[in-house]
Amino acid sequence: MLSPDFVILTAVAYVGLLFALAYVSDLRARQGRAGFLRSPLVYTLSISVYCTSWTFYGAVGTAARNGLEFMAIYMGPTLVFVGWWFLLRKLLRIAHGQRITSIADFLSSRFGKSSKLAILVTVIAVVTITPYIALQLKAVTTSIQVISTADGRGRLAGLGDAGLGLAVAMGMAVFTILFGTRNVDAREQHPGVVAAIAFEASVKFVALVAVGLFVVFGLSDGPAQIYARAAEAGFTIHEPGPFGSRWVTVLFLSACAVICLPRQFQITVVENADENHLRTAAWAFPAYLLLMSLFTLPIAFYGLATMPEGSNPDMFVLTLPMAADQNALALFAFIGGFSSATSMIIVASIALSIMVSNHIVLPLALRFTRDLAAHEAQGIARLLLVSRRTSIAVILFLGFIYFWLTGESGALAPIGLISFAGVAQFLPALLAALYWRGATVRGALAGMGLGFAVWGWTLFLPSFAAGSDMVAGLLARGPWGIAALRPQALFGMGDTDPLVHSLFWSMLLNAGMLVLTSLATRQDRLERIQAGVFVDVFRSGQRGQGHGGTGRAIRSTATADDLFFLAERVLGWQRARALFEDAGIRHGAHARGADAPPAFVIRLERELASSIGAASAHILLSKVVRGDALSLDEVMQIADETLQVISHSNELEKKSNELRQTARQLQEANAKLHALHRQKDDFLSQVSHEVRTPMTSIRSISEILMRQPDLDEAQRDRFVGLIHHESVRLTRLLDEILDLSALEHGERDWENHPVDPEAALSRAMEVCDAIARQRNIGFSREHAPVPVVVAGDSDRLCQVFINIIANAIAHNRDPEPRVHVRSRVTATEYQVEIMDNGAGIAPEFRATIFDKFVRIGEAGNTGGAFPGLGLGLNISHTIVRKLQGRIELVEGALPGACFRISLPLCPAAPPALEGSCQAGASS
Amino acid sequence: MCDVLIAEDEPTILETLSFLLGRAGWSVASVTDGAAVLDMVRRTRPGMLVLDVMLPGRSGLDILRSLRTDPEQADMPVLILTARGQSHDRQLALDLKADGFISKPFANDDVVDEVQRLLGQRAARIAASG
Repeated sequence: MLSPDFVILTAVAYVGLLFALAYVSDLRARQGRAGFLRSPLVYTLSISVYCTSWTFYGAVGTAARNGLEFMAIYMGPTLVFVGWWFLLRKLLRIAHGQRITSIADFLSSRFGKSSKLAILVTVIAVVTITPYIALQLKAVTTSIQVISTADGRGRLAGLGDAGLGLAVAMGMAVFTILFGTRNVDAREQHPGVVAAIAFEASVKFVALVAVGLFVVFGLSDGPAQIYARAAEAGFTIHEPGPFGSRWVTVLFLSACAVICLPRQFQITVVENADENHLRTAAWAFPAYLLLMSLFTLPIAFYGLATMPEGSNPDMFVLTLPMAADQNALALFAFIGGFSSATSMIIVASIALSIMVSNHIVLPLALRFTRDLAAHEAQGIARLLLVSRRTSIAVILFLGFIYFWLTGESGALAPIGLISFAGVAQFLPALLAALYWRGATVRGALAGMGLGFAVWGWTLFLPSFAAGSDMVAGLLARGPWGIAALRPQALFGMGDTDPLVHSLFWSMLLNAGMLVLTSLATRQDRLERIQAGVFVDVFRSGQRGQGHGGTGRAIRSTATADDLFFLAERVLGWQRARALFEDAGIRHGAHARGADAPPAFVIRLERELASSIGAASAHILLSKVVRGDALSLDEVMQIADETLQVISHSNELEKKSNELRQTARQLQEANAKLHALHRQKDDFLSQVSHEVRTPMTSIRSISEILMRQPDLDEAQRDRFVGLIHHESVRLTRLLDEILDLSALEHGERDWENHPVDPEAALSRAMEVCDAIARQRNIGFSREHAPVPVVVAGDSDRLCQVFINIIANAIAHNRDPEPRVHVRSRVTATEYQVEIMDNGAGIAPEFRATIFDKFVRIGEAGNTGGAFPGLGLGLNISHTIVRKLQGRIELVEGALPGACFRISLPLCPAAPPALEGSCQAGASS
Repeated sequence: MCDVLIAEDEPTILETLSFLLGRAGWSVASVTDGAAVLDMVRRTRPGMLVLDVMLPGRSGLDILRSLRTDPEQADMPVLILTARGQSHDRQLALDLKADGFISKPFANDDVVDEVQRLLGQRAARIAASG
């Protein structure tokens, strides 16, 4: 037996050690030397805040009373960490991006930063955690009582349970306030606390293992002997059906609890420094739980078998070493249990105080404070600190009240399960927050509210039955005698375990209500945006992380001074100044009332949210920010307009492209017209020249004939002959012009049909033969070796041949003039070559030879039957082109010019030889 | 040495012009190739030149330009004949200091009068210069 003073002194000394540890850790973290403190190991150990004194003491008690049920308490979290790590990872990712401060903040943020939801979650958390805190008080109180009395059942001299409980609660309150709200800096990560919790986790682990080893190997000869003794004493070691509905319920509850318990959320999510730590925790935490549970059964069985009848099995961990007079071990076990209790109380009350002050006190203060300037400089930060400290005190006091009211009644475990069932009401909303985009805030409120009410009625209320006759009456008869509403037998479901019963109804109604109400209601814009941010946190990748302010577009802004004023009050002058300087925002005298950019407003809101929660930060900022956040509809509208502008400008661009194209086409057409105009002018000028030349002769000679009566006969005849010659020339010129015009405009189009080009060539040669003979020209021909058919018009063909042959004859000035005509057939073409031994075509004319009015031949050598009029070759060229053929100047066998006319062969069979070829170059 | 050199490629026109000027009492020489005109001028040293614009080988206006830059021939009277009646041809000819300009078809008398005038001017100038 140990003296109470010594025990209490030890506990206080231990707390002092924790405090020193936390202080040093905080200091190191502040100096940026967190190192080990931010390791996955510390993270994992701190998560084991899950193991409270309930686990430390109560698991043995549960094992002693209910056999393997205690395993479910360990297996739930194991399942979550091993199997549902992706859910935790998503939680972490969102919480980091959104600077989430608590589970209330998380849910409220997801459901449109709803203050109502935050308040509801906070209230539920406070109400459900109160019994849990009471549980710790009870454990600590009992353990002190037990360890300082001789037989493990006595009372501490001079102090009743209530007094001791109150003292413990007050001590814890002071301790937690010193721990958790020491800093004016209200950021929600507490590296010092986390370090202390991790240390405590180690202490309770070592203590429990030490006791376990002592019991198993010190007091008996290993586990086998313990089981044998227990069996001898008449205990069932192999329970027939341990895995019933209650077992499943407890498993489910503990799985919920490790996510939904405010303290678990605080440690696992809010205090998490690095998402990757989860990888370690995913196996290390289950391993920790496994080792913690290893000695539970042996201790329970050994205790049951050896301890006197009526001993509290919850205290076996303490009483077994004491019974063996191992006071030091007992004291160590007590410190272990004390560690479990204090760590839970510290973290839970910090988490709750954050929720209460952020979601209840601050919104109320904001609502009733119109003018922020009325507060002194540190107004909101001070308010926060005070409200947090008060909250901690109140929460612990509430815990004490519950402890006092429930009195002697419950064992440790049932109280814990009541809390678990309470926080399980967060689960449907939490899952919806993570995975169902359509869940609405009304759905969450309705579901959670209803679930909470059912929980209160079916589980929380009955826990007062032992201390209240009225409650006992309700349990027995139902309200107003309505049996269907009896708390533990809703709608006649009376024969199930109360826990199963409560969980069944509360979860069914909670989830059902959430789904139905969500389907029946609509999300507002902020909800819709936040839903997207939460549900698609991985899909949006870095965006979700970066946009703390979410996709919410804030059109408005505020003056930098107002914002600074606000930031200073929440974050403190130092952090506010650092934030503004980091963002390069001027304030105070330098700013001259300048506005801060909207992006900074978003950033500030995120910073504020990390201290006071999303909903409060939103409310607070809206007090100084001018204008409203854009509604989603407005954003859509803007997007639509932008899209329209884009499509307009696309259209415009298309139009202007079309215009540009049209302009270019017009330009081209204009240039073509200009060219045509010039061609027409040239043509007219040429025609005029060509007409004037014979006209000049005719007029001049006529005047001579008229004025000179004394001309001799020969001279007169000569002049008359010249007039006739020039008239014929003039006529032919006009004919050619008309012919050319007709060819060019396609007025006198002809139909091509199969003809024999050799026949046309023969006719042309006959026509030219006379002139050739006149000029003494050697005229020879080489026939094509095979019959040929081309598509064409034999008259036109004949015209072309005459033209070229006549030219060859006319321009040949050789003393022994020769013209040779040769026709042949290639694979695809019929070719006629007309060559002479004249002077040839001067190089400067070769390019333009087929143009209009180009005279070929040598200067002064024009004349004869077909003087160069410049149109003949052009006409021939046009005709041949119309026959799909070519006319070109080539190197011939004779020294002079050689024209080659090529016409595509007609695949058609025997030609219908029709038509005749008229004499003359034109028809 | 002749009174009038006719540079004209149309044989009929050349024939009628020669007949006309010959009948009027002047001695006439002719050339049909534009490229041969300047050479002919140097060789025959005519009293004046009747120059067709559309000559094969070298354009009449081009010949006139060369003529005016040659110090020996610069004062040779030149009568331009052209079948292209456009005024810009006339302006071009006057700019190149042609002494007369007649467009085809012409009245025989106009040609004779112009030749008369130009040969007269030249005679007067020679007389004046001594």
